[in-house]
Amino acid sequence: MTYASSKTKESRVTQSGEILFEDVSKTFESEQIPAVDSISLQVAAGDLVVFLGPSGSGKTTLLKMVNRLYEPTSGKIWIGNEDIQRLPLNDLRRQIGYVIQQVGLFPHMTVKKNISVVPRLLDWEKNQIQSRVEMLLELTGLPNTYLERYPNQLSGGEQQRVGLARALAADPDILLMDEPFAALDAINRERLQKELLRLHCKLDKTILFVTHDVEEALLLADKIAVLQKGKLVQYDTPIDLVTKPKNSFIKELVGTNNILRRLSLVSIKSVVKAQDHESLRKNPVNQGADLFPAISTGEDLRSALSLLLSSGSDYLRVEDSSGTAQGLISMDDLRKMLMSDNLAEKKKCDEISD
Amino acid sequence: MEIFRDAYNYFLLNQSFFWEATGDHLILSFSALGISLLVAFPIGLWIAKKKNISQVVINVFNAMRVVPSLAILFLALPYLGLGFVPSLIALTVLAFPPVLISTYTGIRGVNPSVIESASGMGMTKAQVLTQIEIPLAIPAIVSGIRIASVEVISSATLASFIGGGGLGDFITRGFALYDVPVMLVGAIPVALLALLSEIFWSTIIKKYPVQ
Repeated sequence: MTYASSKTKESRVTQSGEILFEDVSKTFESEQIPAVDSISLQVAAGDLVVFLGPSGSGKTTLLKMVNRLYEPTSGKIWIGNEDIQRLPLNDLRRQIGYVIQQVGLFPHMTVKKNISVVPRLLDWEKNQIQSRVEMLLELTGLPNTYLERYPNQLSGGEQQRVGLARALAADPDILLMDEPFAALDAINRERLQKELLRLHCKLDKTILFVTHDVEEALLLADKIAVLQKGKLVQYDTPIDLVTKPKNSFIKELVGTNNILRRLSLVSIKSVVKAQDHESLRKNPVNQGADLFPAISTGEDLRSALSLLLSSGSDYLRVEDSSGTAQGLISMDDLRKMLMSDNLAEKKKCDEISD
Repeated sequence: MEIFRDAYNYFLLNQSFFWEATGDHLILSFSALGISLLVAFPIGLWIAKKKNISQVVINVFNAMRVVPSLAILFLALPYLGLGFVPSLIALTVLAFPPVLISTYTGIRGVNPSVIESASGMGMTKAQVLTQIEIPLAIPAIVSGIRIASVEVISSATLASFIGGGGLGDFITRGFALYDVPVMLVGAIPVALLALLSEIFWSTIIKKYPVQ
């Protein structure tokens, strides 16, 4: 199954997923204080960047300037080498996927019609649209039988999957997601977050994701931009945000002192790598390794801690996805990891197995 | 029962006149509806987009609704004279407010986030209007047409007073002759027609995917 639909790639007005915000400000007519206050920010192609902040922080405004639902009062936004201000508005929008909270689906259109909105705007051929829609349903985990259903016949989680499929329909380089999971119940939200991570690893899209939910930001982001009152306070990887917060606002927001949260951001793989393999092999306890509970390299240290506590064992046996032993970890390793300054970020795509 | 039998006999004796009157009645009603739809629907769309004038227009038309249909007919008389055209104009004016107001409320009632989603995906303003806003406003618009239809079909009876023809002719005739069965030959079909149009439009609304 090839994902890319090469047909329309050449005719695009932008060719890149790299986004650059250059001193961008936005002041709404009716307001005195700028909603977005001279923000400069670079988003690497293929990254999932979360705009995190309380309501009124300007995160949604910043997002909507990328597809020009709002125009900046000053500053520029670049996609690749293109100043988006100079591009034809609707051409730009048709190649940026857009997902919003809850009701973005068109209630009078079937799932198929909803997903194919942008391809139809781009005048794709009928059979190309059909195969594309079927492919996207499979990609987002929806059954083929849903093609002719209407949005109100689907659950909230299913609707948001359709929303995601619709945003991906014309194979955009960039996806904008404005609190897409905020209206879902906890179970569905978690499921869709994982699904989004899987898709992001698989599809290599630049994703800008707005949320006020810290847990969600830490789980999804390659990098997080924390906004407060229209200003960019810190732009860093989740682990750096937690371990090296720039001020007390961020410290409180991300819960720097929350040890479990720190542990949840580090993968077991990085611990195993940090260990001296020679000494590990000589270690006599390694002989009875089969007796220890097993944990996969893709899990994080929080799960390891929980397994250590619940099993009562002193060691855990680390296995990769094929079941091959990679080493052992103990409570001591966890403590060391927690103290060390250079925590290696868990590679989000490691835990995704197809 | 006697009355109905007499009415039926009168109908049998005057069949050609009856069918002609029914035809006139339908032509009058459909034309009035059609014209008001052609005029009121675009105006409704237009004022839905113009916040500053919409309230004024809506208030004017709401006020017009209060004027009884008979009054509109008789107001037309001195200016337009007798016959089909003045009746048509009066009925068109009558059908105007429900169509216009329902178009306006239907368009304004479309969820703003749906519209934002559509334009955010790269639909032009015209595409948003024709592919999103109008289809989503259809249930409201159709219910406006439904109200207008019933009003027009029943009020078309009054056209007979100013020489507009239609089933009202039996009613005026029966009234003049003080003959209830003759009146019924006009009244019953009008009631049936109004009922039919009611059923027709509500079926259409029910079949539409969004409510």
